[in-house]
Amino acid sequence: MIDNIVDITLLSFLVILALAIIRMRSLFAVVMLFSGFSFLSAGLFVVMDAADVAFTEAAVGAGISSVLMLATLALTYSSKNADKEEKPTTHKPWLPLSVVVITGALLIYGTYDLPSFGDPEAPSQLHVAPYYLENSMPETGVPNVVTAVLASYRGFDTLGEVTVIFTAGIAVLLLIGGRRRVKPNVKKNGGDREA
Amino acid sequence: MYTVAIIAILITILLALARALSGPTVYDRIAAMNMVGTKTILLIAVYAFFTDRHDLLDIALVYTLINFIGVVAVLKLIEQGNLYTDGESPEDNQPEVNDK
Repeated sequence: MIDNIVDITLLSFLVILALAIIRMRSLFAVVMLFSGFSFLSAGLFVVMDAADVAFTEAAVGAGISSVLMLATLALTYSSKNADKEEKPTTHKPWLPLSVVVITGALLIYGTYDLPSFGDPEAPSQLHVAPYYLENSMPETGVPNVVTAVLASYRGFDTLGEVTVIFTAGIAVLLLIGGRRRVKPNVKKNGGDREA
Repeated sequence: MYTVAIIAILITILLALARALSGPTVYDRIAAMNMVGTKTILLIAVYAFFTDRHDLLDIALVYTLINFIGVVAVLKLIEQGNLYTDGESPEDNQPEVNDK
C-alpha cells in the first residue's frame, strides 16, 4: 500500500514541477527545477525497482545536463543577471497545442492494441525473458535481472555506449569549456613576470 | 515505523518544493533543490530498509555524490560565471561581450 502512496505522491510532485517549469519565466529557476524534476523521477524509478534507469536519470538528468544548461546560461548571460526573466511569448499557442493533443490522443488510442501491463503472455515476455529470469542469477550472480542483462549479457553493447558518451563529453568540453580568454590583467601579470 | 518515516519525508519534499517554486532569490532555489535531492536520498534509504532490498543503499550513496557535485558546480557557476577559472573575484571572470 505504501508503494502506491509513494508512487502517487512522487508523480503528483512531478506534475506540480512540470506545471511550474512551464509557467516560470526565469531561465535559471527553470534549470534548478529541472534538476529537482530529475531527482524526483530518479527516486520514482528506484521505488519502481528500475535501478539502472534511476542511475542514468540521476547522473545525466540531475547531474550533467543541469550543469550543461547552467554553463550555457553563464556563457550567454553575464552572471549578474543570471536570474533574468525570459521575454513573454508572442505567438499563439493553439496550433502546437492542438498538434500535441491530437498526437497524444492517437498514441493513447494505439495503446488499446498493446497487451496489458505485466501480461505474462505478451510477445515481449516470451522470447528471451524466461531464459534471463531463470539463468541470470546462476550465470552472473547479479541480483537484479535488468542489471545482469545490461552489464553482463550485453556488456560489449554497454561498453560501446560508454565510448559514445565519453566521446560526446570530450566534444562538449572542447566546445564549451575550451573557450578560455586571455584576460587583460592576466596579460599584465605575465608581462611583469617576464620583465 | 518505516511507513511514518516515508510519509514524513514526502511531506518534507513538498515543503522544499514550495520553497523552490516561490523562492525569491537564486540561492533559495539552489538550497531547496539540494534539499529535494537530500530528501530523495533519505527516501531511497528508508525504502531500502522498508522493502528489505539493501542494494538500494548503494544507489543512495551515488545520489549523494551527484547531489553534492551538482550543487558545487551550480554555485561555482553563479559565483564566477564559468567553470574553468579558479579565481575568487567574480568581476575578473565575467564573460566579456565584445571581444574578438
